[in-house]
Amino acid sequence: MMASDRATAESPELSNVDSGRLLGHYRTMCRIRAFEEAAEQAQKDGEVRGAVHLSIGQEAVAAGVCVHLDHADVITSTHRGHGHTLAKGADPAAMMAELFGRSGGTCQGKGGSMHIADFAIGMLGANGVVAAGLPIAVGAAHAFRMRREHGRVAVCFFGDGAINRGPFLEALNWAKVYELPVLFVCEDNGFAATTRTRSMTAGDGAAARASGIGVPAAAVDGNDVGAVDEATGAALARIRGGGGPFLLHAATYRLKGHTAADPAAYRPSAEVEARWRDDPIARCAEMLRLHGRVAAAGLAAIRDAAHTEMEAAVAAARAAPWPDLDLAWTDVQDVGAPLP
Amino acid sequence: MTVMTYLEAGRLALAEEMRRDPAVWALGEDLGRGGVFGQYKGLVEEFGPERIVDTPISEATIMGAAVGAALVGTRPVVEMRFSDFALCAVDELVNQAAKNRFMFGGQGRVPLVVRQPSGLWRSSAAQHSQSLEAWYAHIPGLVVICPATPADNYGLLKAAIRCDDPVVYMEHKDLWPSGGDVVPNGEPLPIGVARIARHGDDLTIVTWSGMVRVAEDAAGLLADRDGISAEVIDLRSLYPWDRAAVFRSVRRTGRLLVAHEAVAVGGFGAEIAATVAEELFDALDAPVRRLGMPRVPVPYSLPLEDALRVTAGKIAAAARATIAGERPHTDGV
Repeated sequence: MMASDRATAESPELSNVDSGRLLGHYRTMCRIRAFEEAAEQAQKDGEVRGAVHLSIGQEAVAAGVCVHLDHADVITSTHRGHGHTLAKGADPAAMMAELFGRSGGTCQGKGGSMHIADFAIGMLGANGVVAAGLPIAVGAAHAFRMRREHGRVAVCFFGDGAINRGPFLEALNWAKVYELPVLFVCEDNGFAATTRTRSMTAGDGAAARASGIGVPAAAVDGNDVGAVDEATGAALARIRGGGGPFLLHAATYRLKGHTAADPAAYRPSAEVEARWRDDPIARCAEMLRLHGRVAAAGLAAIRDAAHTEMEAAVAAARAAPWPDLDLAWTDVQDVGAPLP
Repeated sequence: MTVMTYLEAGRLALAEEMRRDPAVWALGEDLGRGGVFGQYKGLVEEFGPERIVDTPISEATIMGAAVGAALVGTRPVVEMRFSDFALCAVDELVNQAAKNRFMFGGQGRVPLVVRQPSGLWRSSAAQHSQSLEAWYAHIPGLVVICPATPADNYGLLKAAIRCDDPVVYMEHKDLWPSGGDVVPNGEPLPIGVARIARHGDDLTIVTWSGMVRVAEDAAGLLADRDGISAEVIDLRSLYPWDRAAVFRSVRRTGRLLVAHEAVAVGGFGAEIAATVAEELFDALDAPVRRLGMPRVPVPYSLPLEDALRVTAGKIAAAARATIAGERPHTDGV
């Protein structure tokens, strides 16, 4: 296990991540937050339909991991995948159009929030099925190894609930057996849908299970973006060097409900209030103010720009036409294609 | 032209496709030892363990990894050992492989083949004998192929491997040793084109997979004993299925019997019967009839298994009843 420093407001320590890099993280996290808040509002307004799973409070994991990836690297994500997709480099306007089910969406309006994907940048898809992304990431990595594409990695985000599904065990075992270039990122927000994960999980969690089958693991404070960045960098250096799979356990907290429609009344408000004080964006801002000597006005400008960007994405999505109805019939299959 | 078995024909097709296209590879349990039936024998020696991949007994990840590997440009041939075991990988096949292209708006393709050896074979009992092809025919995005002869296993497996859609490829275990002519270095067969296994004028029997030769035997009985001329159509693929070939035949014979080894209730015979009833009602001289296994798990003991099995005798009896204009009895099927 790798040690990770938990920075607090009382004794913040700027890790090896420099302030310029941290500022980049701050911007990424603010963009994710602004996107999620815009999506939440649009869902309340009835403009975004279906289930919307917000990653508010978990932005540091997406930002700290994806900063290490380029478009040749692939990720698979979960039902809570907006943050990973944005951090990987997707266009938020296309993502928002997708949530609105409009023309110009990343998936032509055929996927929605739960099936956000952008293959061109190596984002192989959010997924409506818990743990389904792990075998897919492993398969991509298997292909990289088979084709001798050294240095190319697959990163698989999954939640704490996923470790109780069989594909978690199967995929970790598989990745280790073939020594594949996979980074497993357990984004542990404490809740498996609306149930506290620890009440449903025997043993010591994802890292312990990984260690049990020989996949090295590290635990990191998933609300400390600098720590996530550092731990990911170390893990990926090892993986890209041919060291085989690695699991990163990032402890975070889901500040909103399971879906945007879930008031999450199953947890005390004091708990949630306490966790808001651990907001990864606020923590990053504090670090930047104290150690990076970034003025509050500069941070506010980044926040405002993120909101402006996402408001524009919403406005564009709202103004975009509905998809051409022919699209309901396309991309099903070539052999035996359906006829309108 | 070479005489070979159904099993050898599948192996030859895979080997030729792997020689032709370096993106093609196979993965599954025990493939390095030739696979559970020997259908991969000799391939690891030619192609090496990186293209004939032994896997853990992890069906979900065999299928899921194939999806991921397909998305980044390879063409995996997935071996599920028994179609019954593929049920451990239904999410990966139905929710992931089949829907990927559509739900992500056409960004990716999943050109995988999943081989699922199916059907009754050597008293294999309830968990190694099923014919579940209708389940997959129900799923948008999947192609479903059920070859019945060595030539078709050769030509259709080649077609499946070259197909850019995910293909469920169900070889019947009882057909492994059956022999027939195959032309090596041949072309793929078109998918969705039925084969007239036997020509006839009085009745159309539509069937596929291991039931084709049973239906041919039944047609022989009908010709010899009853003077009934039955046409046997080997559908070859259930999705897409060759509606035109079935319609052409039924328009001519006026009578349709669909026979399959799968359980009759909810079987693919129901789809064919309903389609013909909807589209060719006026051409029918008798009610459409279906024949399949009763809705009972497959028992182990041979007499019990045989009691439930669709046989040439049962097909012939159903054909006679149809010719006689008797109403089908579907209570308790």
